Amino acid sequence: MCMSSSELAISVRGLTKRFGKTEVVSQVSIDMPKGQVWGFLGPNGSGKTTTIRMICGLLKPSEGQGECLGLDILRDSEKIKLQTGYMTQKFSFWEDLTIKENLDFVARMYHLANRSELVDNTLKNLGLFHRKNQLAGALSGGWKQRLALAAVTMHKPKLLLLDEPTAGVDPQARREFWREIHTLANHGMTVLVSTHYMDEAERCDSIVYLANGKLITQGSVAQVTKGSQLVTYRADEPNVRAISEALNQEDGVEFAAFFGSAIHVSGTNQALLNQVLQSPPYNQLTWHQVKPSLEDVFISLMTRSGLDLRQH
Amino acid sequence: MQYLIRTWAILVKELIQMRRDRMTFAMMIGIPIIQLVLFGYAINTDPKSLPTAIYAEENTEFTRAMLKGFENSGYYQFTQQVQSYQQAEAMLSRGEVSFVIYIPKGFTRQLVKQQMPQVLIEADASDPSASSNAISRVKDIIAQSIAPLSVGALSYLKQKPQAIDVVIHNKYNPENITQFNIVPGLLGVILTMTGVMITSMAMTRESEKGNLENILAMPAKPFEVMLGKILPYVLVGLVQTVVILLAAKYLFAVPFQGSFNLLVLAVLVFIIANLCLGFTFSTIAKTQMQAMQMTFFFFLPSILLSGFMFPFRGMPVWAQYIGEVLPLTHFLRIVRGIMLKGAPFAQLTHEFFAMLLFILVVGCLAILRYRRTLD
Repeated sequence: MCMSSSELAISVRGLTKRFGKTEVVSQVSIDMPKGQVWGFLGPNGSGKTTTIRMICGLLKPSEGQGECLGLDILRDSEKIKLQTGYMTQKFSFWEDLTIKENLDFVARMYHLANRSELVDNTLKNLGLFHRKNQLAGALSGGWKQRLALAAVTMHKPKLLLLDEPTAGVDPQARREFWREIHTLANHGMTVLVSTHYMDEAERCDSIVYLANGKLITQGSVAQVTKGSQLVTYRADEPNVRAISEALNQEDGVEFAAFFGSAIHVSGTNQALLNQVLQSPPYNQLTWHQVKPSLEDVFISLMTRSGLDLRQH
Repeated sequence: MQYLIRTWAILVKELIQMRRDRMTFAMMIGIPIIQLVLFGYAINTDPKSLPTAIYAEENTEFTRAMLKGFENSGYYQFTQQVQSYQQAEAMLSRGEVSFVIYIPKGFTRQLVKQQMPQVLIEADASDPSASSNAISRVKDIIAQSIAPLSVGALSYLKQKPQAIDVVIHNKYNPENITQFNIVPGLLGVILTMTGVMITSMAMTRESEKGNLENILAMPAKPFEVMLGKILPYVLVGLVQTVVILLAAKYLFAVPFQGSFNLLVLAVLVFIIANLCLGFTFSTIAKTQMQAMQMTFFFFLPSILLSGFMFPFRGMPVWAQYIGEVLPLTHFLRIVRGIMLKGAPFAQLTHEFFAMLLFILVVGCLAILRYRRTLD
């Protein structure tokens, strides 16, 4: 990507983190333009959280360098913290403080002007004003996430880092949460969201895919799909399990997966794949070429990078 | 100014949490009171009224006077009268009695004839401190109890005065009251226990629950966080000090010879030393359980090697070196010095210096380790 650093919210090169002898993140480079919503994808333990922590200055990278909001991630972590909001994977506000006390604490820590007014407004926007004196621990999972989001954006950060904010949240609350994320982005905030949900990835301007500490791909959903050069066919078949197991043994089939009573067969070599599907017994089914889903693409990328989903 | 505001923010948060956590709050005030009452009244390094069995093969005016003398000394309490030596031995070995006094047949006759009769006192010396004071009194007890009978024809039994008049001044605690030594010491022990344990556990809870990551993501410097977290517990320590000093005065009538302000200064320095250590423990421990274990690993040597339980000068030199590292050792010297001896600051500079050194070293360690908490 050719962009000057002033247009990039995050620009890191060769980011590597080792804990003892284990390399958790290896050689990750990301260029993320300002004002976009980026999805950060990858299986559990792929190094997403560690990468986010390095970007916002919580962890010192073992190797690599880069800038966050034009500030050096190695030297200016204090300044970076002032301009970023980081929402941790687990609810990390104080459950034994009330909702209002939590927001008061955050406002004091960032030294925000007109604190009581600001906190009241935040409470009203959240719809929690009438519950402000309840303990934060008494809130449901979805409300906790919304409170956390409000708390980490109270100081109007330029960059928002959200670590699996919707894990374990019901679909309704997830949709509202995403609406808020897009509202924030419309106001010029740059947002990096890590997630497991493919439908959430498709709500992002761009995605970064991490597996086993390595960056597998980055770009828009269309770019990533196209870049994978994956061809996918679909057929309806009641006995999907037996067929998909047989297909997985064939050359040219990268993987076959079933979705309900439908089967998806994917491969990167279209000619070879056609040959397989036109031979018995597979030619008894009616195959249609479909657009590969993001999930197909990721499974393919992982298989190619020598990883097996079942290990994760 | 910003520093102060962030420190203040953390301090306010800690105080609210502390107030809401009833268990911890109860422990802060409950622990000192319970320990003080329990140990203050229970520990006695000069034990009296120890159970004693008598095996007397004769009963004369002399033996009666002698036994009366034992009883009047306060150290011996006759609980058993036995008829055989074996019986007495068995009682001693079962721990039913601490002493057996054996007066053999013919005692009085030999005494009158100046044939140096024997009295056997068997003591359970498995705990030396329990029996030593009682034993050391025996000669005086016998001499004094025989004296009133050594008149007239028997006046030759009277002991000759010694050639040298020994003068002993038991200074600072002339009546040998254990509590005068224990209660000021308990101030140090309680501050150590709550200071190290409560801070390390409160801090570890924060990292266990993930709150720490949140604070670290905010623009606060390690020093600000540390200060904000330590100050509320300094307050707790001061409250405990007030409770203990009031109890010392009104429950135990411990004298207070020296400067109150100097003691407050010492308490402050000592509290901070303990809190720094608690903070350091919290950066090492991963769970509250580990923090607890580390506290006890530190707490036991503090009690045993600081001079709280056993005389410091009685320990071998290497153990004294270990003791010198512990802040409690120095605090005990200060608090006993001020309260019992009225020691001025000039006599205590060494102890203050040692505690400050401890704060410097452990405090730096705490900050260094805290920086790397997430790593």
